[in-house]
Amino acid sequence: MQLNFTHHQTAHCENGVASNLLRDKGYDISEPMVFGLGSGLFFVYLPFLKVNHAPAISYRPMPGWIFNRMSKRLNIKINRVKFSDKGKAQAALEANLLQQIPTGLQVSVYYLNYFPDEYRFHFNAHNLVVYGQEGDEFLISDPVMEQVTRLHARDLEKARFAKGVLAPKGHLYYPTYIPEKLDLEPAIRKAIKQTCRDMLAPVPIVGVKGIRMVARHIVKWPKKHGVRKANHYLAQMVRMQEEIGTGGGGFRFIYAAFLQEAAEILNQDIMRAFSREMTDIGDLWRDFALSASRVYKKRSNQDDVYQTLSQQLLHIADLEEDFFKRLKKAI
Amino acid sequence: MKKSEVPQDKSNLSEHNIKEICYAVDDSGNYSTALSSGWEAKTVVQKQTIEAINERIEEARQKVQKGEASPILYFMELHKMDWQILSGYVDMWQWRVRRHIRPDVFKKMNHRLLSRYAEAFDISIEELQNYKGE
Repeated sequence: MQLNFTHHQTAHCENGVASNLLRDKGYDISEPMVFGLGSGLFFVYLPFLKVNHAPAISYRPMPGWIFNRMSKRLNIKINRVKFSDKGKAQAALEANLLQQIPTGLQVSVYYLNYFPDEYRFHFNAHNLVVYGQEGDEFLISDPVMEQVTRLHARDLEKARFAKGVLAPKGHLYYPTYIPEKLDLEPAIRKAIKQTCRDMLAPVPIVGVKGIRMVARHIVKWPKKHGVRKANHYLAQMVRMQEEIGTGGGGFRFIYAAFLQEAAEILNQDIMRAFSREMTDIGDLWRDFALSASRVYKKRSNQDDVYQTLSQQLLHIADLEEDFFKRLKKAI
Repeated sequence: MKKSEVPQDKSNLSEHNIKEICYAVDDSGNYSTALSSGWEAKTVVQKQTIEAINERIEEARQKVQKGEASPILYFMELHKMDWQILSGYVDMWQWRVRRHIRPDVFKKMNHRLLSRYAEAFDISIEELQNYKGE
């Protein structure tokens, strides 16, 4: 059985699932619009929490928040269910398909064998849509893939019941009510305000302040943990920044695309200028990723390399602080 | 990023014929999407990550071989897990999982306990018990 579902590839999984589920219902909401309306741009540094044996850095809010915030702002209702029983979780998914409901799932990347091995980690906050079933296989629309794909029921069950941080617990979700006309303008204003608030939060590990804290720590890493570990930390930072989750440059470009769309809807030309500025900041994030990866490649261990990286980040933090302060006033 | 700057480097993705989407600006300054086959910076850090994991697996293997650790350590590393993730899969406290790394403790573990680990690693209890680090 196969539902009539159109797959669109996107840069980021949660935006992608949200955007694809809405498009399926006939609403033309782009990925950047979902990301912007869900206040997806974020930064938090959790030095005490280790992921892949390196300090955790997240470039996005908690999984599910982007879709939830967007839905709240647009008055969309989503039904979310978690399960303790694996059998019931699969039965609920199958029941949904029978009712012609393409269903979003939270899964672990580790069990998705259509990804190359290099991408398969115990990351539990990936999202995809199931739009059909054929024998033992489920038909999958994974938004970061170019084409739709398939997954054996056994693997999908493992992915839905993966353990560890942010364990999905069989989590499935789908929109149950969407207003006929989406009132974008007030939603955009609210969402931008929230992003400004998040990025300027007076919390040392969040937003611009969080970026500065990482910058300060980078200089200390080689002395405190040795060059090997410091370089491993840097590599993990870049991975979280630029890989499937695409956080640093990638997210800035999506946000810039959102601001460009917002300029038209709000009829505020200044948003286009903000969009250009955000693009430039995104380029700086990419420069940072490139320099960081080169440190590892050359196995260079002079202190000034870490100094330079730290300076690059501090510069980004300064620009973003100024950017969000002005954006807050303009909105 | 301009559309012309979207990286088209060789990568783990391009080997599998997968491309990812990037947002980039076209000549008239408007945003649109473009496909990227990969980016050197990413490939470098991925390679580093895989190397680091392989080192950890190798270290664990040697420890098992020398009798300094139980096979659980090796399979934990092999499955890219850490204490927290493994303790989630076997549904035990982390300190208990860490204790099971001791070869003397491992030897005394009962069938039921071993089966939880075997299930987490998707192997049989015999495979778990008989792994000698070779």
